[in-house]
Amino acid sequence: MRYVGQPIDRLDGVAKTTGAARFSAEYPYPNLAYAALVHATIARGRITRIDTGTARKTPGVLAVITHGNAPEMKPAPKPNQFDMSTLAAATSVNYLNTDEVYWNGQPVAVVVAETLDVAREAAYLIEVEYAEYPAAVDFAAEEGNARPQKSTMLSEADGRKGDAEAALADAPFALDLRYTTAQVNHNAIEPHSTTAYWDGDHLILHEGSQNVAWVRDHLAIRFDLPKQNVRVISPFVGGAFGGKSFVWPGTVLTALAAKVTGRPVRMMLTREGVFRTVGGRTPSIQRVAIGAQLDGSMTALIHTSVCQVGRTGGWSEQVTSVSRHLYDAANIQVQQNLVGMDLLANTIMRAPGESIGSFALEATVDELAYELGLDPIELRARNEPARNPLDGKAFSHRLLMECFEEGAKEFGWAGRPQEPGSMRDGRWLIGMGVAAAYHPAWRFPANLTVRLSDDGTVLIRCGLHEMGMGSATAVSQIAADALCVPMAAVTVAYGDTALPDTTTAGASSQTASVTASLLAACAKLDRAVFTLARKTPGSPLRGLRRADVTARDGGLYNGSRGESYHDILRRAGRASVEARVGADTRLGEIADQVRSMSKFLLDRRRWVKAACGAQFCEVLVDSDTGETRISRWLGVFDVGRVVNAKTAASQLRGGIVMGIGLALTEETLVDPRNGRIVNASLSEYHVPVHADIPVIDVRYLDDPDPTMPLGVVGIGEVGVTGVAGAVANAVFHATGKRIRDLPITLDKLL
Amino acid sequence: MRVNVIVNGEAMTADDVWEGESLLYALRERLGLPGAKNACEQGECGSCTVYLDGIPVCACLVAIGQAEGRSVVTVEGLADGESLDEVQRAFVECGAVQCGFCTPGLIVQAHSLIASTSGVPEDAEIREALAGNLCRCTGYEKILDAVRLAAARKAAL
Ligand code: FES
Ligand code: FES
Repeated sequence: MRYVGQPIDRLDGVAKTTGAARFSAEYPYPNLAYAALVHATIARGRITRIDTGTARKTPGVLAVITHGNAPEMKPAPKPNQFDMSTLAAATSVNYLNTDEVYWNGQPVAVVVAETLDVAREAAYLIEVEYAEYPAAVDFAAEEGNARPQKSTMLSEADGRKGDAEAALADAPFALDLRYTTAQVNHNAIEPHSTTAYWDGDHLILHEGSQNVAWVRDHLAIRFDLPKQNVRVISPFVGGAFGGKSFVWPGTVLTALAAKVTGRPVRMMLTREGVFRTVGGRTPSIQRVAIGAQLDGSMTALIHTSVCQVGRTGGWSEQVTSVSRHLYDAANIQVQQNLVGMDLLANTIMRAPGESIGSFALEATVDELAYELGLDPIELRARNEPARNPLDGKAFSHRLLMECFEEGAKEFGWAGRPQEPGSMRDGRWLIGMGVAAAYHPAWRFPANLTVRLSDDGTVLIRCGLHEMGMGSATAVSQIAADALCVPMAAVTVAYGDTALPDTTTAGASSQTASVTASLLAACAKLDRAVFTLARKTPGSPLRGLRRADVTARDGGLYNGSRGESYHDILRRAGRASVEARVGADTRLGEIADQVRSMSKFLLDRRRWVKAACGAQFCEVLVDSDTGETRISRWLGVFDVGRVVNAKTAASQLRGGIVMGIGLALTEETLVDPRNGRIVNASLSEYHVPVHADIPVIDVRYLDDPDPTMPLGVVGIGEVGVTGVAGAVANAVFHATGKRIRDLPITLDKLL
Repeated sequence: MRVNVIVNGEAMTADDVWEGESLLYALRERLGLPGAKNACEQGECGSCTVYLDGIPVCACLVAIGQAEGRSVVTVEGLADGESLDEVQRAFVECGAVQCGFCTPGLIVQAHSLIASTSGVPEDAEIREALAGNLCRCTGYEKILDAVRLAAARKAAL
């Protein structure tokens, strides 16, 4: 392979460094109007009065839309596992079609004006009165109301092997610990923005999205339109991390505002607006209990969790998923629980479940190692399973211990004294910690077409999403190799519902999903072109069998006999040849979905597939102030085949930095009295900055997974897993203090 | 008011502008220059960084009235036609760009750091200088690589 695996510059690099890339709030439209939201200030209740008089009279205001005058919209569809697009609704609220308030921050009015400043000013002038209902908004206080979560096809919420409680009670060594993690928010640097425009009964929307087809389908339902009347355009997405997977109120309300005013409308949420209308990662309370023999072999592993969901929606995170896969305990019990809250729906955020679940599990394993006087890596090695511990399924590929071994060598792990508090540099206490990273691999159906033109160029049309991962670049590399053409000959059209529906950019699945279809389409195309050449009079390939011919240098050849794609198509009088994966009829689509779903389930029954890795961290803790700094980081990963070494490393690093934020600084604070987020800004919510982050060394074993297309496993999420565990373990090694509540802020260390 | 600003060397005007409107908004919504990004509007993220009379500022914190008659350079003004500035080139080559939303602000800030240092700045200096430019994607490492590379290339010129 000429391109796959190489550190190739991303194709959109120039557009992004020169300011030429157009994000969703940057499409110019004549006569553009601007929209601003008014947010509810109570958690639960009903609007009793809404005074928009002064706002309406403000010069420049075009419309003030409330539940009193908004056009009717259809409600969000009920979620249905078999039609994934029904999952697109972030909440079930029919915005501005109801006087009920379900969370503090819910939009209760939209102002549309000639400029953004006028829209915002008028929004401030709207007065709303409410009748308040009792509301559950304090997560800590609601723990007792949690109920067991049900398993679904996509997410397993419980599981057991043997009797873990009894084994725990009998174990010579046992730990039974409680952890909490705070709510955190994605804070992609691009705030959610929408530009919407109606052309008769066609809706055109510019929206940074991780799933343009979902946005299209959802808006079609809400505005009662045929799907093909809605077009969603999203070639550039300014970061997402899960926060742009579902359809949040701003998107729907921008389309509504454009409809009411008959103008193109742009809504750019403020950072506060994002906090109030786009959910974050649920907080969690977790129990991890491990029983072990004197040699460290685990006899019992129990992992349970309590997370929240909003009463109008919310994603249930697979917090205990890591405990299904990581350790070969004789008895295992996992159970996730959920409590409904009168808060904004939480949503998926980078490695939902594994990021916080791995914190609790990996901190407990570390604690057990210290209790037993074993090296934490040695303890892991003694419990490394040959098959999936919970159900005995085979691993398709797993080099977890190899990651630990290489990491330990590189990081100088063996040289550290195991005694906590034993390393010091002046006032800085030094500690080293380690943890496992783990994220399941997924693959979903993806449609696309590949077209070869008579000028030798290749066009891939595919509604994939590019939030920064380098997907389009990776797809070009793979296609160029598959067809043996130069990468410069390949163009990828993406991020648009005018293209074939691809798949969601989530669960680190996009590259694997698209790769499978792309390879299939390229093979089809190759056959079509060869058949064409074979049949064309005068062709040097006439009469040959495919097996006699190799594709190389942008053509098909048998030794020196053969010709370029350009010549093949010209000779045959064809302007282009196209291959397609995925049906273009509704019936065909349904058949495709059923087929791929059953394939998916069959695959899941046979294999456990995942990316994994070892996170190594060194911290410095100020002995006087408790300030914690990360001084060194090494992550060694098993992520199957790496398609682009340049973009892959940054994906992993970005994940690690997000994990450091989760561990040390990030926390969305919800007022326990009224459910209002009190730190809805980047000045009060602290994402790690340049000066917080040391050199982060990232390596991968680059060993393809035999059961995945091209061996690709997915790389976007595994980086964040294990990070908080490694930090907490390093903090213990530095200070002798076990901090079991994230984030590890300095007050907890004093 | 009518505002007159020299943007990327070109005299530009906009009419009927409220003088309290931000320079960022005026650039993006009135002058057709959406390169500088809007991500917090409170001087926290650096996405909106532009030069104002040669000094990098958060355009979200500058009222357009304050920019009257002054010179602004945005990310769109750094390349020389088709030929990228060294900083832009280095960002692409080093893989310092992911989603690209923080990139324009970072490039202007890095450009200014390199212009004001002789030779290649120390790592600590770079981290400090760029601490006001948040990036949620890259993990920062490659941005440092890019700044070092661009500085080295500029120093060699
Ligand atoms: S938008 Fe100006 S600093 Fe964030
Ligand atoms: S590249 Fe996405 S925020 Fe920096």
